[in-house]
Formats: sequence, C-alpha cells, structure tokens
Amino acid sequence: MAIKLTVNNQPQELDVDPQMPLLWAIRDHLQLTGTKFGCGMALCGACTVHIDGQPTRSCVTPVSAAAGKSVTTIEGLSGPAGKAVQEAWVGLDVPQCGYCQSGQIMSASALLTANPKPTDADIDAAMSGNICRCATYARIRAAIHKAADSLPAKS
Amino acid sequence: MHLPNIEDSLASWPPLARLVRNLSRRDFLKFTTIAGSGLTLGVVVPAVAKNGGLTVLGIEGTPGDYSTPFVRIDTDNTVTVICKHVEAGQGVWTGLPAVVAEELDASWSQMRAESSPAQVPTYGNFAFGPKGNVQGTGGSTSMANSWDQLRHAGAFARAMLVQAAANNWKVPAAEITVSEGVVAHSSGKKATFGELAAAAGKLPIPKDVKLKDPSQFKLIGTEKRLPRLDSHSKSTGTQTFAIDVMLPDMMTAMVLRPPRFGAKVQSIDPAAAKAVPGVVAVVQIPRGVAVVARDTWSAKKGREALQVVWDESGAEKRGTDALFKEYRQISGGADAVKVEQKGDAAGAFQKAAKVLDFEFEFPYLAHAPMEPLTAAAKLSPGKCEIWAGCQFQTIDQANAAQAAGLRPDQVTIYTLAAGGTFGRRANPESDYIVEAVSIAKAMGTPNPVKLIWTREDDITGGRYRPATYHHVKAGLSQDGKLVAVEQHVVNQSIMAGTPFAGMMKDGVDPTSVEGGTSEQYEVENAHVTWTQAKVGVPILWWRSVGHTHTAFVKEVVADELAAAAGQDPVAYRLSLLEEHPRSAAVLKLAAEKAGWDKPFPTGKAGNGSFRGRGVAVHESFGTVVAHIVEVTVTDGSVKVDRVVTAVDCGIAVTPDVVRAQMQSGIGYGLSAALYGKISLTDGRVDQSNFHQYRVLRINEMPRVIEIHIVPSTNAPSGVGEPGTPPIAPAVANAIRAATGIKLRKLPFDLAAAKAMKT
Repeated sequence: MAIKLTVNNQPQELDVDPQMPLLWAIRDHLQLTGTKFGCGMALCGACTVHIDGQPTRSCVTPVSAAAGKSVTTIEGLSGPAGKAVQEAWVGLDVPQCGYCQSGQIMSASALLTANPKPTDADIDAAMSGNICRCATYARIRAAIHKAADSLPAKS
Repeated sequence: MHLPNIEDSLASWPPLARLVRNLSRRDFLKFTTIAGSGLTLGVVVPAVAKNGGLTVLGIEGTPGDYSTPFVRIDTDNTVTVICKHVEAGQGVWTGLPAVVAEELDASWSQMRAESSPAQVPTYGNFAFGPKGNVQGTGGSTSMANSWDQLRHAGAFARAMLVQAAANNWKVPAAEITVSEGVVAHSSGKKATFGELAAAAGKLPIPKDVKLKDPSQFKLIGTEKRLPRLDSHSKSTGTQTFAIDVMLPDMMTAMVLRPPRFGAKVQSIDPAAAKAVPGVVAVVQIPRGVAVVARDTWSAKKGREALQVVWDESGAEKRGTDALFKEYRQISGGADAVKVEQKGDAAGAFQKAAKVLDFEFEFPYLAHAPMEPLTAAAKLSPGKCEIWAGCQFQTIDQANAAQAAGLRPDQVTIYTLAAGGTFGRRANPESDYIVEAVSIAKAMGTPNPVKLIWTREDDITGGRYRPATYHHVKAGLSQDGKLVAVEQHVVNQSIMAGTPFAGMMKDGVDPTSVEGGTSEQYEVENAHVTWTQAKVGVPILWWRSVGHTHTAFVKEVVADELAAAAGQDPVAYRLSLLEEHPRSAAVLKLAAEKAGWDKPFPTGKAGNGSFRGRGVAVHESFGTVVAHIVEVTVTDGSVKVDRVVTAVDCGIAVTPDVVRAQMQSGIGYGLSAALYGKISLTDGRVDQSNFHQYRVLRINEMPRVIEIHIVPSTNAPSGVGEPGTPPIAPAVANAIRAATGIKLRKLPFDLAAAKAMKT
C-alpha cells in the first residue's frame, strides 16, 4: 500500500518497501537529490531533513515512519531561519566540496528555529552530528552566528 | 601528489598509449577562435599547429565544433572559464575564473565556471610534464598549471573585444578602455562583452598580448571579495554530484568485493539476491560481483542477500601489527635502496656529542570523502559516457575504454563536482569508474548504470595512505648543531607497478620519501634509505602524500633536537634554514603573529589540565606553511585551542580560498593526528564506518585559526595540500611541551605513549 506523506508542502504517495530509508525514497523516487548519502548509519548528518520541523537523519528513518508527516528537504527549506542560514552560508563562502552542506544547513536551520541566539556550546551540541571532511567547521560556526545576528530574538 | 613529468612513463602504458597522439608541434601561445553559430568568442590555449596551419586538437575535421575553448564569452554577457581541473572543494571554479577575469577586466558577477571535456594536450596538466599528455588534478598543481594559460586567454580575449569595439566605433583601439566588463571610449561609446562577442569572434587572432604587471592587478591577490562561484549551488542542494545523476532507464548497482584484498570469486549463488524485489541482475565483474537494481535500496538489500564463496588462497592475510614488526626488521636492511648519501654520516655520528634515536609508525588511512565513490556509465554502440567527479580525466578515459572494449576517443567524460576526493578519485586503475563500465557491459542492455559505494565500501575498500615506518638517528655537536642524519623509511610504493613507475628514480619512489629531514634542513652528513614493503593492500596518494609522514618525522625530530641542544624551537629551526629563506620567512611570520617571544603558560593549568605550545614548518608542492598551535591536554584527550598559520604560496590569487584551504588542511590533518587509523586483523579491515574510523567534528575544530599570507609576486603554487603536513607535528610538539609525552605513533594515544619508553 502506498505511503502518504507531505514533502516540501506537496502531498506524495510512495509505493515502495516501507522499510526503505526516507533518504532513498526522496532521492530515487521523488528525484529530490539535494539530500545526500554519507554513511547510512546516522553518523555523518549528510542526509538530514526536517520531519514535522525536527532535524532527522533520513538514512535510518524508514519511509513508513514518515507516513502522514511533513518532510522538508533542502529544496523546500524556507522560513526566516532557513533563509538566514542559506544567506550566511553564501555570504561567508562556507562550502568547499559542498557535499555535506545540505545536511549542515538543515541542522543549522533547525537549531536557529528552536534557538535563535545559540551559544558556541549550543552550536557544538546541534552540529557535532554533521561531518565535513573539508573541515569547513570554522565557517559553519561563523555563518550560524551571522544568521542568528540577522534574525530577531524569539519573543 | 608529486608528479613531475609523468608523461613518458604513461605514454608507454598500454591503455594510454593509444590516447597519446603524435604532435608535430605544439605552439603554446598561438590562438584560434571558433565562432559557434557566430555568437560567441572562443579562445583556445594552446592550439596545436598541424601542417603549418592552426587546428584545435580533438575536433579535427569538424569545423564549427566548439568543444574545446578555455574561455567562452556568450552574447548573454557571461564569461565562462572552462576548467580542466576537477572542483573537489579546493576552489578551482573560483580561482581559475579569477585569473581570466583579471586579464579580461571582467566584472566578477559575469564569471562562470564549467568542467572541460577530457582531452589532451589541450587540457593536459603541464605540471605533470611538458607535453600535456595527461589531464588530471593533483599535487596541488591546478593554479600553477593554469596560471599562465588563463592569463593569456583572458588577455587575448580582451584584445579581441577591444578590436571589435574599435572597428564598430571607428576609433583607435589604443583609446579604448575596459573596466568591470564594460568596453568604453572617451566619446561616450560603451558596450558590454556580450554585445561585442559575435564581432570579436570573427576577428583574426592578435599576434601577441601584454600581460598585466602584478602591480596592476585589481582582483588577484587583493582582499576584494571574490565570492566562490559555487557557493550558491552548494548552499541550496542544486549542485549535481555523480551520485545525483539520473538518466532515463538508469539502474543502480552495488558491488560485493572480497573480504580480504586479493581474494577472488570462487562461486556465486545469486538466487537470494535475485529474489529481492527491484533487483534486476547479478553480474560478475573483475573486481567482484555486482547487484543491479531499480533503485539504491533494492541494490543494497540485494547485495546483503547475495551469496559468494571467495577463493582466499592468494589474499593478503597479514594484520597491521605483523606488518609493522616486519617493517622494523627490514628497515635499512638488505633491500633498502639509497635515497641520499652525502658527507660521511657514519664518521659524523662517531664524533657527535649526542645521538638521538627515533622510531615512528603511521597507519593506513582512508580518504573518506563525504561523497563515497560514485560513477554513472552509459554504453551504446561505439560509445561510452561517464559521469563522475573525475580527478584523472584522461587516465579514467583510457581505463574506461579498455573495460568497455572501445578506443579512448569513443569515451566521453563528464567531469562533475566531486564531493571531496583528497586523492582518492585519482587512482591509476580508475577502480570505481571501471566497475561502473564493467557492470554496464556485463548487463548487455542499453540501461545506464550508476554505481554507488557505501561508506563501508569506502572504508574497507583499500587505496589507503601507505602504512609507514621511519627510523631516524640524529647527531648533534657539542654546541647543539645538527651534524648528521640517518633516516630509513619503509612503506609500500604508490608508483611501483602502476603507470607511474617510470617516475621512480634509481629505484626510489619519490612519494615515499619527499619532504625528508635532510631535504628541508641543512645538514652536512646524511644517509637516507627507503625499503619497499610488499603488501597486498592497495594504496594511494592521500592529501599531501609522502609529506603526511615525512613532515611529522622531520618536525618532531627538529623539536626534540632543539630541546637536546637547549635551544628555542623556532630559533633552532631558523639555524637549519639559512639556505631555505622562504621557509625561514614563513616560520618567522608565524612566530611573530603567534607572539612566540611572549611567555606562554606551559604545563599544569589547573583542573588536571596541561597547556602547551608547539610549532612546525614544512614545504610541500612549492608552498611553505608554518603552524603554531596551542593545546590543552586533559586526561589524555587533546584540544587544539588556537592555530596561527603563515603561508607562502606565491601570489595568493583568491586569498579567501587560500584561507579556506589552510583551514581545511588543518582540519583534515587533525583528523589523522587524533583519530585516523585503518588497521587489519588477519588481512581483514577492522573499521567500517565513521563510528570506527573517526574524523574531526565541529566541537573538535580549533576555535581560533589565524591565517597570514606572505605577500609575494612569485607565480602561484598550490594550497590544497600544503596546510596538512605541518599540523600533526605542531600538535605533537605542543603536547610534549605540555606533558613531556613523546608521540611516536599516529593517531596519538597519550596513555600508550606515556607508557612507552622512547
């Protein structure tokens, strides 16, 4: 039976193995390739998407677990935190190879949505699950602070 | 990697020999233009003179074909730089366009970058040899190799746009100015490049152009921000990597490879794999058994279900403990070949006041780029197309051709952005590309095939930085002067048995010993040997290659010699660098910026922590980098608090990219220093994914990194690799300053090192 879910505000029906990780469902079956495969074990964060707003490793999340939920991928990222993060990423030239950056941006935007003025310790806690082999970490940290500076504090 | 003049050895290598064409004459700075439908101006550097006329290599007999320029100016006013080097994060899609934009006086906003086709010598890497017979990216050569070509390309294009404007406006070309992409005359006439491109494309080629003097540069080397041209696509998920390639009727494949290196397929039972929904075929290929499916998940499940019996009779069954034991035994022994012999090392050691002895061990390391190896291949009659983050385009082309049973010129390479490589995608057998082609061929259907390596495939799949052993003896005179060095290196050869074997000189693989102590520090008496270990574990160049271990040895030894001589580590190094003024200048700059002359609270810092400061300087790939680091050691764990870096890379074309590469080299090197290790037990790799092959995370990145670029008017050298070699020894030296612990093995294990007598 097809699994019904919402991806980037579009209703979708996926007739796939319910155990298929959400990652491969959205990449192979919805052709949304911005979300990346890095490890398959929730160790690197390259596959991070939002499910009902929560940052989630799609490589270990069965697509059936997203049934009836709202999934946001990098292609559908919107809202003030998401936009601020992407602008800061471009403004500080964070990416190098760029492969992990969709996941970094999804984690960072979830952090700023929940906590508009994160400390360095907050950034460490929220971002240490996202690996970057180019080690763009210094710029990721700076870009999160820059994005935070551009957002109003949560009332 | 270190690849001086690889062409002659490559030209005799069968798959490539068919590719290398006989060129009667290569005329480096002559140009040709081809006006594609009269709309664009193409500039080709170098063009190849044939029979006295100008043609463009690779498109003989097809006038109007427009596949091989270096710069394309379209009527929509964009200027596209066709990059022969892969963009793998190191910033060539920004640095190379900056070179063109400078000489062209373009506006940065009109610049674009795209990958060139695989084609030599047009897109050959002249840092690999003067004939340009190999296209590839490595040895931090991209900028150095493209610098002169692209400056000329920009300057010629500018001259032709100016001439087109002069003709249109009936004014002398000398009265025309170009600035920010606008061609103008004092009469008030103005035109964009796009408006002039069609006319410019019809003009004859100027005989010569004058390049700017570096003092006239408006973009290059300035702190004017040149935003990366790929930041937007890489911040929005729209950059296409090989793993993102989706072609009609494409299948996805995974390969089951032997559990030990060198094992072969004995028998296959495909039934369970074929029973997995979505699996369409199980095919044997030379490197293993492939499961081909309609999507990635099916391929993965099919591979898990696949039953293969392996013949392990010829497999490598030794573990790394046994290997290091063997390396110690053969070091400097009967099979050792001479690397350097100068003065009288034996005599100098006898007269030395002090002799220090060091042994070092470095493990195998996986590159672990974030995008695992991936390639898409499509076979059709007489044709093969490859989509991948190719790092060795024409070698990949030749290997793919051999696998497909075609000629290299029947193979089209689409070089995509690579999701990191660090050397992994530059391998002489093009392993992952050949796998993709072999699967497509074995299928015997027109379906394109996308091969995906999982992270486990990547970590266990070999092609590692060679495990390496060093034994060093250093002799000091009464006043602490370094008088003799003996250094014995043992590891597998990256080049032996590959197309690169011809680059080995007198039996020595330069990538095993480059950056050694007696090469970079002055010492009158030296005896250096290398012993080639014969192990069945596939190896490869890993970001900075031999320097990954030689720099550690050299800089840890230098620090302990300074201590033995009772001298300051920076001052002691400077005394050994009198004939290496660039290294000395870089070291001095780092020391000054770090405040080295100011007291640093070394040792116990309260809360059971210890603090220390350490230094290292190293030259690699024509670039000198010094790092001064401050660390805190708590319960055996190391936190790098601050790094002060100085770098001399010649003209820093795009300084922000240089800074990014220094940050990147530091982070990559720290991963190896603190965690990186591939070990084998009975020939099986012990690690499989990032939980066992740990890499640096954001909370472990030094919070303060200050990068200082030495002003220079020398032609640029590279920055992709040189930041890596000196970081691990700088941290080791800081740890010794903090705790007295001498580190002799990587990754650092402070408790083990403390227990070990050195």
